[in-house]
Amino acid sequence: MRDEIIAVTVLGHDRPGIVADVTGALADLHGNLEDSTMTLLRGHFAMVLLVHTGAGVEGVEAALRPLCAGGALVINARVLEEPTPGPAPGPSYALRVHGADRPGIVATITAVVARHGANIIDLGTRLVEGLYVLTAELELPVDASVVGLESELRGAADELGVEVHLSPIDDDLL
Amino acid sequence: MPAMPLLPPGAVRPVVRAPDPVLSTPGQDVDPTDATTIELVADLLATQLVSPGCVGLAAQQVGVAARVFSVDVSGHAKTRTCHGLFALCNAVVVSATRRERGREGCMSVPDFTGDVARGRRLVARGQLPLTGQWVEITTDGFEAVALQHEIDHTNGLLFLDRVSGAHGIHPRRTYL
Repeated sequence: MRDEIIAVTVLGHDRPGIVADVTGALADLHGNLEDSTMTLLRGHFAMVLLVHTGAGVEGVEAALRPLCAGGALVINARVLEEPTPGPAPGPSYALRVHGADRPGIVATITAVVARHGANIIDLGTRLVEGLYVLTAELELPVDASVVGLESELRGAADELGVEVHLSPIDDDLL
Repeated sequence: MPAMPLLPPGAVRPVVRAPDPVLSTPGQDVDPTDATTIELVADLLATQLVSPGCVGLAAQQVGVAARVFSVDVSGHAKTRTCHGLFALCNAVVVSATRRERGREGCMSVPDFTGDVARGRRLVARGQLPLTGQWVEITTDGFEAVALQHEIDHTNGLLFLDRVSGAHGIHPRRTYL
């Protein structure tokens, strides 16, 4: 079978050893791990990883099936096609939002971001004790108006009763 | 700080990239007056000058595990205090305070940037090449960051070794 990139998602009850178990099973398939990310979402284990392997989706799922026994983990695998390159990105910005929790904060803020053609390339949200916090990294189009985006974000944040801050991220070559 | 001694012209050397093991090899102490050291410094200066956007270069980056680097942050938008183009041997950080997080890249790690917290106030100590004179440099802002990055190189450390948090590595998107 030809080598392909397979995306594996792992969700479930957290415990020590999940990453070692999942990656160990993939290593036994001679799969090569590429990019991956993992975090805990309110105590739930959440991981996405890309594995380069010739084992196919069925082979990957079979290798990981024993980890799903008992229902503590749910694991899915699917083939990813090569991404089509988008337009050259413009500047990067850090977006930070925080305030009293209410429905629609993420939807409203990210709708403004989308209207300006900015791409979210990293995002995290946390809710603790009624305080909602969103952090994201945006890539703006080359011709985007940062002033316009910031102004519209501020308007949306005012309606939601939350704080919003947008700041440039510079890469320093040393 | 005393003036940087005038060195003979150097040669441009190829810049090595991670995962070359020399980048993770702590440098040997050098004799700043030794001809080999002077040639190495001259070559670092020559290589830095032909590398667009490069504000510093350590011996490890040209394949030599030695405690030598050159730096020049003149003209960079974030530079405050600036000592111009100079090189130091056997340099150490005396104190680094007012830590702030920035996103830095490196010629030897061309495909990534990383979020690294470094002091924005710095006192560093080292020897000038040729004379071997010990000097103490007090600086701030971008020059402070650059010096810590280069001193790390001479100790076999990359910014990858100092990244803040599990999500602090990013694909590099700007090429100077």
